[in-house]
Amino acid sequence: MTTHYLVLSVLLFTIGAVGVLIRRNAIVAFMCVELMLNACNLALVTFARQHGNLDGQIIAFFVMVVAAAEVVVGLAIIVTIFRTRRSASIDDANLLKY
Amino acid sequence: MGETITFWVLAVVSVSAALGLVFSRKAVYSALMLGAVMLSLAVLYAVQDAPFLAAVQIIVYTGAVMMLFLFVLMLVGVDSSDSLVETIKGQRFWAMIAGFGFAALVALAVGNIALSPSAGLTEATAQAGGNVPAIAELIFTRHVFAFEVASALLITAALAAMVLAHRERTRPKPTQKVLARARFLGDHPSPLPGPGTYARNNAVDMPALLPDGSVSELSVNRVIARHDVEEDRLPEDPKLAEAIRQAVEEESK
Repeated sequence: MTTHYLVLSVLLFTIGAVGVLIRRNAIVAFMCVELMLNACNLALVTFARQHGNLDGQIIAFFVMVVAAAEVVVGLAIIVTIFRTRRSASIDDANLLKY
Repeated sequence: MGETITFWVLAVVSVSAALGLVFSRKAVYSALMLGAVMLSLAVLYAVQDAPFLAAVQIIVYTGAVMMLFLFVLMLVGVDSSDSLVETIKGQRFWAMIAGFGFAALVALAVGNIALSPSAGLTEATAQAGGNVPAIAELIFTRHVFAFEVASALLITAALAAMVLAHRERTRPKPTQKVLARARFLGDHPSPLPGPGTYARNNAVDMPALLPDGSVSELSVNRVIARHDVEEDRLPEDPKLAEAIRQAVEEESK
């Protein structure tokens, strides 16, 4: 069963990565990042059971804490950018380019 | 056997929900799909001897994080849809190729390793007397420094969100006098016409008719007009239909 769980986690991670690459809406791209983090957590929990060791679950727990903090700050940044530029598209925030 | 059935059902659900998250046009649908993925992952954690993580997944992710996403979606505007213009040529195509390549590589690597039968967590948790006590013991002994750093991180994140979301008022708050002056200097001293005024129909999606019988585009609700055009529910009267179409065009400019 371990292999099944790992392949599922790889699939979810890949879908998330492709989503980050192809979506333009900042919020949807951010959701795809969350999907990648979740896929990693699934792999960690699977490895914890495979090795009979709880450390994997604890790392997954810390990943959740960091993900929560990251969502708070990231969404605040998106709201701030939207306020000043009236757009939630990733391509519009390119002032640093020139 | 039960675990196998659970896994296959949830694997299909979570992968199709993840695909829906990436490919659905509307951001709210994406958020709902993400919620489905997170719920099925919570059940998968519960199946894999991680009841504490399953509860945390539901409380933190589907409870807090998804709510935050939905609130920001409402703040930013649900209809802020994606632009289809590619700034980098062929980006979508090459992103797909890269995705398939990555999935194939990692899946092959995972398929190539031979794993011993899973050790299971009964032994590790038996000593402390259950999953939650065992995790608590590890967090507050071996990982206590990481735990304290995590609390510092959470406080920093809360402060950062407050600082970022705070808006300093750069100009004084407009008084009633200023607002009235601006209104009389502008194009419309009178209030804007309400929908359905003088029209034969007083539904909100009907534009108002001016006293001379012409159609007032100002009275059309932009959001409803856009839905009307997208779903092809325009009224039969050509004048009204034209007004609704023009309102939508003006909004997209």
